[in-house]
Amino acid sequence: MTDTALSLRNVNKSFGQTEIIRGVNLDIRTGERHAIIGPNGAGKTTLFNLISGRFPLSSGEIELHGTRVDGLPPHRINRMGLSRSFQITSIFHRLSVFENLRCALLWSMGYRYSFWTPLWRQRELNEKTYRMLEELNLTSRRDTPAGLLSYADQRALEIGMTIAGGASVILLDEPTAGMSNTETDNAVALIRRVSKDKTLVMVEHDMKVVFDLADIITVLVYGQVIASGPPQTVRANPAVQEAYLGALAA
Amino acid sequence: MKKSSSAQGLVWFIALIAAIAMPWVFYNYHTGRQSGFVISMLSQMGMMSILALSYNMLLGQAGLFSFCHAVFFGIGGYATIHFLNLAGDGSLPIPLELVPVLSGLSGLGLAVVFGYMATKQRATAFAMITLGIGELMTTAALMFHHFFGGEGGVNTNRMIGHSLFGFKYGPAIQVYYLIVGWTVISALLMLYLTRTPLGRMANASRDNFERVQFVGYDPRMVRFLQFVLSGFFAGIGGGLYAITYEIVTFDALAAPLSANALLMAYIGGSAAFGGPIVGAVLITLLQSGVSLMSNSWLVYVGVLFIAMVIFAPQGVMGLIAAHGPIVRAGRFTPLLVPYLRVILPALIMVLGFVGVVELASFLTIGAAQGKTLVLFGNKIDEHTVMPWLAAFAFLVVGTLWFRIEARSFRKVWDGLMGELNPERGVA
Repeated sequence: MTDTALSLRNVNKSFGQTEIIRGVNLDIRTGERHAIIGPNGAGKTTLFNLISGRFPLSSGEIELHGTRVDGLPPHRINRMGLSRSFQITSIFHRLSVFENLRCALLWSMGYRYSFWTPLWRQRELNEKTYRMLEELNLTSRRDTPAGLLSYADQRALEIGMTIAGGASVILLDEPTAGMSNTETDNAVALIRRVSKDKTLVMVEHDMKVVFDLADIITVLVYGQVIASGPPQTVRANPAVQEAYLGALAA
Repeated sequence: MKKSSSAQGLVWFIALIAAIAMPWVFYNYHTGRQSGFVISMLSQMGMMSILALSYNMLLGQAGLFSFCHAVFFGIGGYATIHFLNLAGDGSLPIPLELVPVLSGLSGLGLAVVFGYMATKQRATAFAMITLGIGELMTTAALMFHHFFGGEGGVNTNRMIGHSLFGFKYGPAIQVYYLIVGWTVISALLMLYLTRTPLGRMANASRDNFERVQFVGYDPRMVRFLQFVLSGFFAGIGGGLYAITYEIVTFDALAAPLSANALLMAYIGGSAAFGGPIVGAVLITLLQSGVSLMSNSWLVYVGVLFIAMVIFAPQGVMGLIAAHGPIVRAGRFTPLLVPYLRVILPALIMVLGFVGVVELASFLTIGAAQGKTLVLFGNKIDEHTVMPWLAAFAFLVVGTLWFRIEARSFRKVWDGLMGELNPERGVA
């Protein structure tokens, strides 16, 4: 395995005439906790959509553990060990919390499209699902339809579904957005727990969370990387202060 | 959870016993035979249950709106006619009991072809493609005489003289029990499918097809497999149809039957597994029972459908399920009086509506058929003012009164819901 988990080479994305991502080069090392920050409209979520295969690139290359993944459909990229969460909670709202997590486990445990395996008799699968529930503090909500969960619980489920399949590279899109302080603290603790031994890339607006979690911060402004490095370096970078942090402080 | 599901199992078991016993309830001791009408209606309920259940594999379980489901039912029927003809002249050694397997495979085969096209898309685009497929097959059925027999259809003799249990399958009652058997088998298999990885991912892609991709599944493949399997079961239904009627015409694959499948699944309740069975029984009752009494039975089906879509989108099973928590909490008694107070004006309203529809229908179709309107043994002349006035009075008074009672019922209901579900507030 290469030391680089995710590698973006000169990635561009335009929607019609509008260039959203302009020549992004980025290397994310295996095991790193990497935060992508930047003002609204900088293209952070678009970048995630490109990496995870939701949108096709306009040009450039993306490699996951040294294998080209650009141009592949999302489910193929997911099977190669990259999983993502969504900024706007994306769960199976009519299924119970338990079923949501179990669905997220199925492929990674080799069930594929089986229409002959009785789910209720899959001991390992079900135990793993229960352990996930425990980990996410959702055991008491096990049978609740996911759509009826509180916002914070839905966010926790969102993260849970992202990591359930055991992907080695995790992309989290604003995992703490819209949360109260306590909820944010819980979420950070959860992310820290579940991202152990994994490569974590996250888009986040809450600077406290970013400086709390990230080893490396990349600043994206108008679709371009203007700085990338350890928190102290990025914080000290005058361009960043002007473009982003300064704007926030003012 | 456990307790309620075993209670549900018991209800379905009782329903099965009833289905087995029903022909003997209508046994005629003078002729020494079961009522042919009842058996034919019950048989219809069985095959429609299979059709509706298989349709619900798409609608309720995978969130796919298909307008061509009867195509797979029909092809199962046509193929079965040919299988039976082959079996009859001895070139296909298969007992009649197993013929529906071949019917199912015929449905499955066609579903592979059409499913490949339709499941490339989802939602509206999927629905449009299936609409096209339905039209295509109806036209094909009229064009290719060799297989489909044109307008007259194709026919056969189900007494192929080959049975696992030594039955001749001459009498309709024997065929009825064959249908009961296959309905139970199909329903159980379809229930089993809902509890497999594919079945669960079909639910998941119904709820959120996008997320499915990010847990490693190709939603198109999920749709395709679900479509193909539902085609298999529809084919079994069609096979039983062919065995029962010994003739299949293009009606068996045309759009009205596809629409019926949708109606049955929806009215019964697409969210519950058993809902489509309830819908199939209800619609068949309306079709066979009410159509005997009235020319306008389709009007009633239509109005029922509209009313369900507006007021009870969860179907009959949804209505029943909504009462579950109330009954379990032992709080049904406060609802009794409000229910009675709603039902009375509702009856008056329905009576008025039926009156208006029937008067109108006798004025037009009935007159052409030379029928007269008879109510409680009295002839009623639809050309006089009184019956019209009475019917409209019932309709207007009933409706206004119903609205008042419905409002107060709603209050009691919401109160109960708030009491049982304080955290979620008023449902």
